[in-house]
Formats: sequence, structure tokens, C-alpha cells
Amino acid sequence: MNLLALDGAFVLEKLILIAVVISISLVVAMYATYVERKFAGFIQDRHGPNRAGPFGLLQPLADGLKLFFKEEIIPNNSNKLLFVLGPCLAMLTAMMTSAIIPWGGTVELFGQQVSLQIADINIGILYVFGVVSMGVYGMMIGGWASNNKFSLMAALRGASQAISYELAMGLSLIALLMLTGSLSLKTITEQQVTGLWNIVYQPVGFLIFFVCALAECNRAPFDLPEAESELNMGYHQEYSSMKLGFFLFAEYINMFISCAIIATLFFGGYDIPFVDESTWSGGAAAIGGVLALMTKTFILILVFMWIRWTLPRFRYDQLMNLGWKGLIPLALLNMVATGAVILLTMKQA
Amino acid sequence: MSITQLLFWFLTALALGSALMVIFSKNPVHSILWLITTFFAISGHYILLNAQFLAIVNIIVYAGAIMVLFLFVVMLMNLNASATPLKKKWLRFAGVISGGCLLLVLTAALKDTDIMRQELMMKTGDIGLIHNLGTVLFKEYVLPFEISSVLFLSAMVGAVVIGKKE
Repeated sequence: MNLLALDGAFVLEKLILIAVVISISLVVAMYATYVERKFAGFIQDRHGPNRAGPFGLLQPLADGLKLFFKEEIIPNNSNKLLFVLGPCLAMLTAMMTSAIIPWGGTVELFGQQVSLQIADINIGILYVFGVVSMGVYGMMIGGWASNNKFSLMAALRGASQAISYELAMGLSLIALLMLTGSLSLKTITEQQVTGLWNIVYQPVGFLIFFVCALAECNRAPFDLPEAESELNMGYHQEYSSMKLGFFLFAEYINMFISCAIIATLFFGGYDIPFVDESTWSGGAAAIGGVLALMTKTFILILVFMWIRWTLPRFRYDQLMNLGWKGLIPLALLNMVATGAVILLTMKQA
Repeated sequence: MSITQLLFWFLTALALGSALMVIFSKNPVHSILWLITTFFAISGHYILLNAQFLAIVNIIVYAGAIMVLFLFVVMLMNLNASATPLKKKWLRFAGVISGGCLLLVLTAALKDTDIMRQELMMKTGDIGLIHNLGTVLFKEYVLPFEISSVLFLSAMVGAVVIGKKE
């Protein structure tokens, strides 16, 4: 039983791939803050950051430096260990999902076929769910360890919101899985490269998944754990310096990764639309694929931001009503309808 | 020692160590966090057996959902070491006896493991993959599977009824 046959080249290849993916996620998250502020400026008819560097392009660096040099405060009555563990967990769970996204096809490097995906596992989508369900711990532990009632309330809000929307998210994906017949993100993408994108078959599923992704990322209009007017600041109220930065940063990484997952599941992943890239050479097709996936992801991130600066925040009971009485029944209906259609078309064939 | 064996011993030590820490921690929140670590170690064992589906479902259901609810309750009740009174003597005695019974059953089950391992080695190693699991679940065990889903449904209805009562 040779399940774990590892060789040096394989380990090195994966390590480099992990390092590249993580640095790209970090840079994207860093510049997402800049784009968000610029975009908010555009929507609200003002300039946005424009002082640091040309067009304010150095603003994220300045913000990062500022956070690093701020005083590190650990409250006296907090649980010290868990207080530090909270932001670490938030960052860790934000990063972990990137492992199974197929960023592109395969390229040939130094005579070896290198797949641009860290791990093509049999249970891809379930892995995403596993990590997402872990995501609440960073917030909960951080909020509780602060020993502040506002932090605790915000953390509980965030956790119950995440649990509620996870359900509808899972149900919307079951319909998609019925169509694809596979949990592996690689297989799902390959199917879309040759056939139509999944959004054509599953528009309702996409809508539900998208709304749930907004809620899972704590983005407006679902940013109740950070409702300043009700909770002073949110679950990260007692945090300062880079520990606060980690919480804020993890949110942007989550946004980037969930947009990449939406692009992979519903918009063809690394498929270039209207182009038959199978005639291209391996390297060109892979690079084109990565660029295509990135473009789709960035468009989705812009939609996320657009929603944030357009819609007001939900009230808490509205949020729960939408999740439990709106999205879950809709997702169930979508599932039943998809199953019925699959059954009927199978009979005809 | 191969890498599989190394991982096995590491995960075993982690599972047992964190399970002990669940009991010995004074702070209930720490206990819960150690319990989550235990679940992760057990999922690691499942992965070593190439039962990926079982591993990830263990994480989603136990570590992701049930433990979050545990954490909810403990955080809201603000339990700590001084707040929990010492249990009565007969209760502790009953605890020891029931724990001993569990140990007896587990030891009896472990006695057969030699045969079980040989059986596992004969399989190709993909028995735990989702395709095979689904086939077995919906062909051979479809009746127990459906009955347990009815059980879950009734539990859900019961929870809603209790929740509605003022």
C-alpha cells in the first residue's frame, strides 16, 4: 500500500507552488484594500486615496507599515494565549482554501509536467466546506478572549451568521454536484472547458451561492459582526497593531479566494471564453488560463465591492429570515428541480 | 520508519494527548479547543486509511458544527473553574464504573484488530473514497440509511417544537 510515495522533486514543486499562491493571495488582498477605497471614491464621487505615490498606489504599503509600527496591546483581563490564537486562526483558515483551486492547466518545466493546482483531491468541494466551517473559530476565539461584551456579542453574531449561511451554500452546491457528478474542482473545470459554463445550468444555484459567499466573508450588506453603530467596532475591538491587521487582511483574502471559487465553479475556471485553447501550445494555454481565471476573479471582487457601496446593512432579524426562510427553501427547490430534470433527460436518452 | 508510520505515530500521540488535555484543562473553553484538536487528529488517521470522505465529514460535522455550538454555550454561560461545583461522591463513582464499562467494550473490540488489519491490507486502498462509499450506502445499506434520515428529521421537528414553547 503505497499511498504516500513522496519524492524530493514533488515536495519541492508543491512547496514552490504553495509559496507562489500564498504570496499572490497576499498581494491581491493588499491591493484589494486600495481598489476598494478607490472604488468607493468613484461611487461616492470623490477621489479616494491619492497621496502616497502616483494615484495613491503606495497606500496599501503605507497602511501595512502603520499597522506594524502601532503599539501592540494585549488587554490585562484577556485570555492571553487565545487572544493571540484568534487572528492566527483567522489568517490560517483564510489561506487554506487556496490549496485546491486549479489556477491553470499544466505547464512543462524542466522536463516535468507541473499542474498549477496544489492538491487535486477527490473531495475538493467538501474540503472547502471543512475550511469554511473552521473559519468561524478565529472570530469566536478572538472575540471571547478579548473579555469584552461587545466583542463577544459580535463574535456570536458572526458565528451564527456563518453557520446559517453555510447550510444554504451547501444545498445550492448539491444541485451543482448532481450535474457535474464530481467533487474535484479540476474535473468540474475540465467539464466547463469542453462544455458550457455551469452558470447556464445553475443560475439560481449561483445566486444563492453568491449571496452566501457575501455573508460568509462578512461583507456588506451582511457585515453585522462589524456593525459599528451597535457594537462599537466589532469582534476585533480590543485588537491593535498587526493582530487587528490580520483580522482585516483575512477578510480580504477570504473575498479573493471565494471569488476564485465562484469563478471556478460557475464561470469555467481557467477556461478562456469564445476561444479554443486546446490548439495552443501547453505553456501559452496555461498562462492564458491563469490570466482568464484572474480576470474573472477580479470582476467578481469588483461586484462584491459594488454591492458593499450600494446596499445598506441588514438588520439582524432580516438577515436570519433571509437565510433560513428565503435561501434555504429556495436552494431545496432548486435541488429538487435539478434532480427532476436530470431524471427526465436520463429517461429520454 | 516510513513517512506513513511517522505520521501514524504523530497523529496517535496528538489524539491521545489532546484527549487527555480535554479532561485535565481547568478552563472549559480550553477543553473544547483540545477536543477540536482531537477531532483533527482522528481525521488525519482517516486520511492515512485513504478514507477522505469520512475525514472531511468528521471535520465538517464535529469540529465545524457541533463544537461551534459547544463553544457558543460555554461562552454565553461564562463557565470557569470556580463556577462549577464539585460533583457528588456517588456521581463520581458512577462515572468511574460507566467509564470502565466503555473501556471493557473498547478492549474487546480491539482484540479483533489483527484480523481487521489483514483485511484492510488486502483491499486496494480506495474503499473509503466517496464513489465506493456512496455505492455501498445506497445499495447494500439503503434501508438503515433512510431510517436514520427519518430519525434525524424527527429530531429536527422535536427541536423546533421545544424551541417554540415559551
